[in-house]
Amino acid sequence: MAHSSAEHHDNTKRIWFVFIILSIVTLVEVVLGIFKPALLVDYTFLSMKWLNWIFIILTIYKAYYIAWAFMHLEGETKGLRRAIVWTSVFLISYLLFILLIEGDYVYEVYKNNKVAWDF
Amino acid sequence: MEATVIRTGTEGKTWGGGNEPLRASYGKMMMWFFILSDALTFSGFLAAYGFSRFKYIDSWPIADEVFNHFPFLHGVDAPMYYVALMTFILIFSSVTMVLAVDAGHQMKKSKVVFYMFLTIIGGVIFLGSQAWEWKNFINGEYGAVATNGNNILQFVDEDGKRVALEAFATVAPRDRVQHTRSNGLWFTDEPALPALTVEDVKAGFMANPNLLIRTQQLTEEGEKTILTRAESESKMELEAARVVRGANLTENEYGVPLFGDFFFFITGFHGFHVLTGVLINIIIFFNILLGTYERRGNYEMVEKVGLYWHFVDLVWVFVFTFFYLV
Repeated sequence: MAHSSAEHHDNTKRIWFVFIILSIVTLVEVVLGIFKPALLVDYTFLSMKWLNWIFIILTIYKAYYIAWAFMHLEGETKGLRRAIVWTSVFLISYLLFILLIEGDYVYEVYKNNKVAWDF
Repeated sequence: MEATVIRTGTEGKTWGGGNEPLRASYGKMMMWFFILSDALTFSGFLAAYGFSRFKYIDSWPIADEVFNHFPFLHGVDAPMYYVALMTFILIFSSVTMVLAVDAGHQMKKSKVVFYMFLTIIGGVIFLGSQAWEWKNFINGEYGAVATNGNNILQFVDEDGKRVALEAFATVAPRDRVQHTRSNGLWFTDEPALPALTVEDVKAGFMANPNLLIRTQQLTEEGEKTILTRAESESKMELEAARVVRGANLTENEYGVPLFGDFFFFITGFHGFHVLTGVLINIIIFFNILLGTYERRGNYEMVEKVGLYWHFVDLVWVFVFTFFYLV
């Protein structure tokens, strides 16, 4: 086989390293989720709490490690990697943009118009 | 007779054909295409969840209060501990999967078998955990009353602690009996009558002056609004329509009905993926035992199911964030 034993050792080491990163990030998320520091809940950025921004960024960070190390995207050719990552990133961003803006609009309609929804 | 060979003069060039620009086998590429389309399906679900959440931004249920059970810790408020455990189980089974793939590259059959076995066990434990989570969600804990406008009213004591319906509702005698095949029409029956009617809850509420109503409206601090006793009494008198226990597709005791629908659909769809993942892993596991890949000379099949398994883990990372954390 092409893999030498030293290379194999490196692979295993990297797998455990990624596992530790994923575990630590999950642990941080859970601790933040339980304690909900007032500083992060009270202040918002782009009308979303800082805490939620942190959760989302940490999630994408975890997704990156799963896709790159576990699904071995880092070893694929640039073309395959881009076909997968760019397609999903652009389509999902667009979908989120449309649906979240629309959801917020519907919320405003429910809140501000003259029809009673709660009767 | 010789086969006709056409020379085009483009052999060896990038667009001359016969080369693999992505350097991935057919099977692996198709697995990636499938994963990509499945990822878009899941984003559709999660984006729709986001839409509904933005629509009900000031009355959405608080996940910490819904998913706060832990096995053998009855009555202990344990927000997210259990789902964090489930996340670890799934991440760990992802690690054993990637170790199996790595051992496959080394052509070490016994190691692949061992790691695949651990992966399957992890998947089965995760499925069991999810079933337990569903059971808690469906049964509910405290019960609530729904209003005519389909809003949920929950009950708390003066300290703001949740009170179960059974703790105060007084069961009034009633004439109605359950319709069974033996006491009514022989060809039809009905499910057991609810233990409590809305009148029972109303009577019990009026008799306990220390009880207050908690609406699904969120305050500035992101907590549920608690009404005063006077407001609570009038709300109970005027609006209470029916008793809600636990959750199903049309109503749930935690608040907005869509919360339950999305919970069932998203975690259910994910759980279905885990189930098929476990089944495929089992098939591959037996193929490894039989030496199929040893004879084939490569363990690429393990790599392909590995991709699927990691994808299931990847989706869970997002479901975990958007359902339980955010």
